[in-house]
Amino acid sequence: MDKRSIPNPDGNPLPAAQESDELPGLYIHIPFCVRKCAYCGFYSVTGRSQIPDYLAALRREMDLYRGWAASFDTLYIGGGTPSVLPAAELEKLIADIRGTFAISSDAEITVEANPADIDAGILTTLRRTGVNRLNIGVQSFNDDSLALLGRRHTAIQAIGAVQRARDAGLENIGLDLIYGLPSSPAEGANGDMMPHRVPICGHLTTWLATLDTAIGLNPDHLSCYQLTLEEGTPLAERCSRGEVVLPEEAVQADFFCNTSEFLEDNGYIHYEVSNFARPGRESRHNRKYWNHAPYLGLGPAAHSFSGRERRWNRRSVDAYISDLESGRKPVESREILNDEQLRLEALFLGFRTRRGICLETFKIRYGRDLLADKRDMIERLSGEGLVEIRDGFLRPTRAGMAVADSLALI
Amino acid sequence: MNHIRNFSIIAHIDHGKSTLADRFIQYTGVVEDRDFQDQILDNMDIERERGITIKSQVVSLPYRAKDGRSYTLNLIDTPGHVDFTYEVSRSLASCEGVLLLIDAAQGVQAQTLANLYLAMEHDLAIIPVINKIDLPSADVERVIDQIDSELGLDPDTHLKCSAKEGIGIEEILEAIVERIPPPKGDPAAPLAALIFDAKYDSFRGTVIHCRIFDGAVKAGDIIRFMFNGATYRVEDVGHFLLQRQKRESLSAGDVGYIIAGVKTVSDVRTGDTITLENRPCPKPLPGFKEVKPVVFASIYPIAADDYTDLADSLDKFKLNDASFVYEKDSSTALGQGFRCGFLGLLHLDIVQERLEREFDLSIILSVPSVRYRFTLKDGTGRFVDNPAHYPEPMSIIKSEEPYIRAAMMLPDRYLGAVMKLCMEKRGVNSTLNYPSPGRAELIYEMPLAEVIFDFYDRFKSVTQGYGSFDYDLIDYRESSLVLLDILVNGEKVDALSQIVHRERARTRGLQACERLKEEIPRQMFKIAIQGVIGGEIISRTTISPFRKDVIAKCYGGDISRKRKLLEKQKKGKKRMKMIGNVSIPQSAFLAVLKSDTE
Repeated sequence: MDKRSIPNPDGNPLPAAQESDELPGLYIHIPFCVRKCAYCGFYSVTGRSQIPDYLAALRREMDLYRGWAASFDTLYIGGGTPSVLPAAELEKLIADIRGTFAISSDAEITVEANPADIDAGILTTLRRTGVNRLNIGVQSFNDDSLALLGRRHTAIQAIGAVQRARDAGLENIGLDLIYGLPSSPAEGANGDMMPHRVPICGHLTTWLATLDTAIGLNPDHLSCYQLTLEEGTPLAERCSRGEVVLPEEAVQADFFCNTSEFLEDNGYIHYEVSNFARPGRESRHNRKYWNHAPYLGLGPAAHSFSGRERRWNRRSVDAYISDLESGRKPVESREILNDEQLRLEALFLGFRTRRGICLETFKIRYGRDLLADKRDMIERLSGEGLVEIRDGFLRPTRAGMAVADSLALI
Repeated sequence: MNHIRNFSIIAHIDHGKSTLADRFIQYTGVVEDRDFQDQILDNMDIERERGITIKSQVVSLPYRAKDGRSYTLNLIDTPGHVDFTYEVSRSLASCEGVLLLIDAAQGVQAQTLANLYLAMEHDLAIIPVINKIDLPSADVERVIDQIDSELGLDPDTHLKCSAKEGIGIEEILEAIVERIPPPKGDPAAPLAALIFDAKYDSFRGTVIHCRIFDGAVKAGDIIRFMFNGATYRVEDVGHFLLQRQKRESLSAGDVGYIIAGVKTVSDVRTGDTITLENRPCPKPLPGFKEVKPVVFASIYPIAADDYTDLADSLDKFKLNDASFVYEKDSSTALGQGFRCGFLGLLHLDIVQERLEREFDLSIILSVPSVRYRFTLKDGTGRFVDNPAHYPEPMSIIKSEEPYIRAAMMLPDRYLGAVMKLCMEKRGVNSTLNYPSPGRAELIYEMPLAEVIFDFYDRFKSVTQGYGSFDYDLIDYRESSLVLLDILVNGEKVDALSQIVHRERARTRGLQACERLKEEIPRQMFKIAIQGVIGGEIISRTTISPFRKDVIAKCYGGDISRKRKLLEKQKKGKKRMKMIGNVSIPQSAFLAVLKSDTE
């Protein structure tokens, strides 16, 4: 739905109940992939012929938002697969971003890459353009799992990619991994129709082996996402046909806790539901999403937030390009959050983080004294070992983070 | 009077009653085709959706017969459930004949028989009509055999139709004229009018639906309700097309309405007789019964702020449903509410649904109860219909519960199963008759509480829908009673308490725990549910907490999507009642009355 007719308080972030004091982050979406992965619900297209027109449109959009914020202290180029861009184009893009927006000198600048694309050329480009964080979409170090997920690289390629990035001098390297993969249905009548190695993809041991390989590469950051089936993806369809089944809730909980324990034992802080980092290596950009800090997202289907307003772009490269060719912002829709919505967001986002919710800040920013309003419930949850109050923060425990969505509804 | 026919259509559910009524209305031109709407007489949404008629409806069909004369055919539509048997009987008392509608594919069913017996009790002319003859599965010959063998009617008298396709409609209208006798009565005698229904109109007050047996009534007359002697001046009389149609007067044989500025709804009792103040009839028409609520439950708003809204809504609701009674009540667990009386569980169900739908209220009903009688040590007697008011056990010297006489009609092949069910429900003093070969009439005396508790569903199930069931309250009998409380995480939820027979207590306690376990969603912590009698825990179950409930990724800053999902869940949670820290859904309160035998 096109809501561009709504008066647009353009450019200027709307005031939140109480402003976040963080600088905004900038997200650039590169909606191109060599092929679609079986599980991925992000917006991307597989043809690369539109890249030149797309980059031209992206520059137009950047121009329209010139001055949106005085400066940004994070830049995140995600996708899609940014690493499908020719190295020269990527270099030009980053230069143009710097030319349009003030990116602070100590900014965290992240680029996402597919292991298959990480070669000397792109690494040199990244170094030269000041990219200081590389997030590699490894997903698994088990080739059967990679095949099930429809990835275009192997485990060996991924290991090589991490090592090359390290050798090229990139200090801050993050790996994306996926767990809780489906298995073939137990004793399924059509069991013999399955690729015979599907069952072990979903095993805890397979996953722990991937984690073991991962920490062997000594990354700074690990994102471990439990597989979520996105409607319309090939994997979701296989599940709905009953070819493969996702693990039950109790098993998912075991995966979650085992992952957390294993990585914490190895020196990674479980700082958000799906994110682990060496101390000081937490993703500054992602943290803005959880802290109600402002961010500007450019590219199709990208989301922006400015204090009280959320807006998102049209989810089509064609529509995106044609809007910008006509000089329009490619905004699909926007919403202005009321106090209750802001509060609910602050709760569910806050309970996703180990840091939790700062009770004093919550009172000031969202106008509610959580401790006074929900004393009985908080005591109860604390007795159950799901939350704790420490240093003025209401924090979820490990078990609490596993049920963060429910905690938000107390 | 010779040009009037008063009739009703009776049928098993889904045999096509409303569709046939629709065709009559179209055929006789009461409504223009373009204004037509299916099931036009069922004008509450809830009636259309459930396919049942809750309130009686009347429509006067103008019909020019083949004999060249014009007739007024008054169709009185009747409710179709055991909770409303009395209303049905008053409607039938207003008729001279019925169409007994039978589905050509399904044949004679339980309600076909039950309705036939009701019609016979009133000495009505009966015209069997076989409907749905257009269905591929129609077996008209078999139905004709059943009319003879199972109904004991002359099979040659049947008519065939397809109400859906409009086949055979004229033949039925002709048969109504020819075979149903015109009403009898003396227009010159003192007024005797039978009230068979009433509706509340916010502009005109109560609209009384009645059948005039003797005499006449017109605007300006002073009428008297014979049950309580209340008098009113008549403002308006008339009959029903689809809307009210004003007339000079109503006289013997007519079916129509009287508006007399009656604001006190309780003055108008279904089955009462209206007469004229200055020239009363010697005695009321026979068959009047005062309808009393037999099932009681409390209604609470889910949000305490809605209490005033609930009070207003009940007030308005009462105007439309005279059989519904209520008074203030309060619960430790659920706060301020109202104690309400109902004709039966279906009535309760309908009240709940109408309150939610028409008044947009989220409410919780406590576990329904019958009215018990206790005699205390100090010699006083006390009726208790609310478990929260159960007397101090040490002070009770005698406890009694209401008994009913249940009359069941069923094919004899189900006798064994039904007798077993009745015995399980503490039925006594059975008698068995065979009104026709293969067809049994079984009568039991049973505690009313057992009938509320899941009897009707199980009866229908064991007789595969072929049994019909009706009951009358007979008396109070001594019984050993105890109070069963339910604790959720150690906290007593008074709205879940029940008064139960001592021998049944343990089973009921277990059932209640099991049903609650099914109804209460898993939460973040363990929930213990206990059944307790006099401090002793007799049953216990736990609902284990869930351990994983978080989405892995908030996609690329798309927080809106997740927030919207949570907002939806939050809304759902608002429709549950927080008791202690546990959210209990509406459905849990009624579910404890259901057993898990099916």
